[in-house]
Amino acid sequence: MAEVVELREAIAGSVKDGDSVALEGFTHLIPSAAAHEMIRQGRKDLTLIRMTPDLIYDQMIGMGCAKKLVFSWGGNPGVGSLHRFRDAVEHSWPAPLEIEEHSHAGMANRYVAGASNLPFAVMRGYVGTDLLKVTKTIAPVTCPFTGEKLMAVPTMRPDVTVIHAQQADRRGNVAIWGIVGIQKEALLSARRSIVTVEEVVEEFEPRPFQVVLPSVAVGAISVVPHGAHPSYADGYYDRDNAFYEAWDLIGRDRGRFQEWMEHHVLGTEDFAGHLQSIREEVIR
Amino acid sequence: MTSTEGKVGGANGSYTTDEIMTVAASRELEDGVVCFVGIGLPSEAANLAKATHAPGCVLVYESGTIGAKPDVLPLSIGDGVLAKRADSVVPVPEVFNYWLQAGRIDVGFLGAAQIDPFANINTTVVGPYDSPKVRLPGAGGAPEIAASAKEVIIMLRQKPRAFVEELSFVTSVGHGKGGNSREELGYAGAGPTVVITDLGVLRPDPETKELTLVALHPGATVEAAREATGWELKVADEIATTDPPIDEELEVLRDLRARTEARRKGTAG
Repeated sequence: MAEVVELREAIAGSVKDGDSVALEGFTHLIPSAAAHEMIRQGRKDLTLIRMTPDLIYDQMIGMGCAKKLVFSWGGNPGVGSLHRFRDAVEHSWPAPLEIEEHSHAGMANRYVAGASNLPFAVMRGYVGTDLLKVTKTIAPVTCPFTGEKLMAVPTMRPDVTVIHAQQADRRGNVAIWGIVGIQKEALLSARRSIVTVEEVVEEFEPRPFQVVLPSVAVGAISVVPHGAHPSYADGYYDRDNAFYEAWDLIGRDRGRFQEWMEHHVLGTEDFAGHLQSIREEVIR
Repeated sequence: MTSTEGKVGGANGSYTTDEIMTVAASRELEDGVVCFVGIGLPSEAANLAKATHAPGCVLVYESGTIGAKPDVLPLSIGDGVLAKRADSVVPVPEVFNYWLQAGRIDVGFLGAAQIDPFANINTTVVGPYDSPKVRLPGAGGAPEIAASAKEVIIMLRQKPRAFVEELSFVTSVGHGKGGNSREELGYAGAGPTVVITDLGVLRPDPETKELTLVALHPGATVEAAREATGWELKVADEIATTDPPIDEELEVLRDLRARTEARRKGTAG
């Protein structure tokens, strides 16, 4: 049954050094506040799992939280490179980063297998690509009924999955709408879970394409308004495209990155403080 | 007609080489097709097609939006504008398994960092995998789009760094090593049928599957296309010239870009 706790407490209670951690949200509803809290608490040696690493993993990698990254597309969407990710892969800064890469379909199917308590998923694709050569977690499999050759990818069972949602209700059910991405599968495949939400409401309103995650499937819930910034929350706020563009310059330079993180993340109490801090910088 | 600073003069006034590339790519999309759209250049071309000659085409994005009708161009593949008026929004595993893998996509529309003579695509690394010179974003949805869409349209700007004889890494399979090697890999889809660049149009040779220059945009030359290609480019015996953009195409495209820019500025900060 879901329990409402402060984000600081939720991270301290559920995420340990060395854990495999999936923070999901496909462009929409990215759990930025939770990523920052892991950085503030100095988590390290994490295996970071995420289809699209985005700015949050760029920050976590640059701050030395990660030993390994499992992913399928590591860019700054619509802008260009994730410079901290690239620096780690190209120059082992701040530390060597082991990578395990798939296609989106491969990652999605791994989560489905995890949520279904299966050891692997079956799919078409990967044949003839070099991914097959560099990623050990892709292997051919033969259909026992037809003899057809297919590809297998192993299950994904993160120690912890963290997602951001628009709402929880009083009983701890969680609602997401708009682009729902891979959040349901990522949550159901995990051993433990944390959901940050924009707000807690008495009861959900019906909305098109809404996904409700029942309270029994949810671990901790933390209320963090604007907790997905610079990503967006449909119905609450838009994507801060200017921030994604600004990140290109901040992330490009090691010194500037560290200074920014120290000032705006480590130097702030929580995500509300972080948002206040970057707003002040824009005003100046 | 020379192309200085990417500008091309024409009967309909001037337009840029990027504009003619987008217009030419949009014309490849027939009305009514179900199109899986990559972000960036393909998204612009697909939306131009939908707003002009192909209002009935169904745009599918990998974020799970089916029948998307964005009023401005999305900056990312999962912008809210894609979900807003979509016919349906499905979870990511469904869009790849039930739609792409199940053969429900007529056309896959992809960009690329690098392409080889058989239209294989690299978006992973330049240089050795373990110590890359440049680490690119990686596969995303492209390998399965290239595998399972009934046909694939690729668009990218033509330059020696992008058109390379041998890829450091094959992320998505086009025509493999040429001939019938794609079929031998067991892929259902026909693979890339056309590559649109800022200089012209390339199509795979029916037998060898090697990309062959079949058309040039107004103002572009075979010489320029050869110089922009990192291998000895095959050129068709008869080269067509792309029809210049008509007024409607340019107006719709520029309007789309202007609205996109205005929206981006509006939500900034």
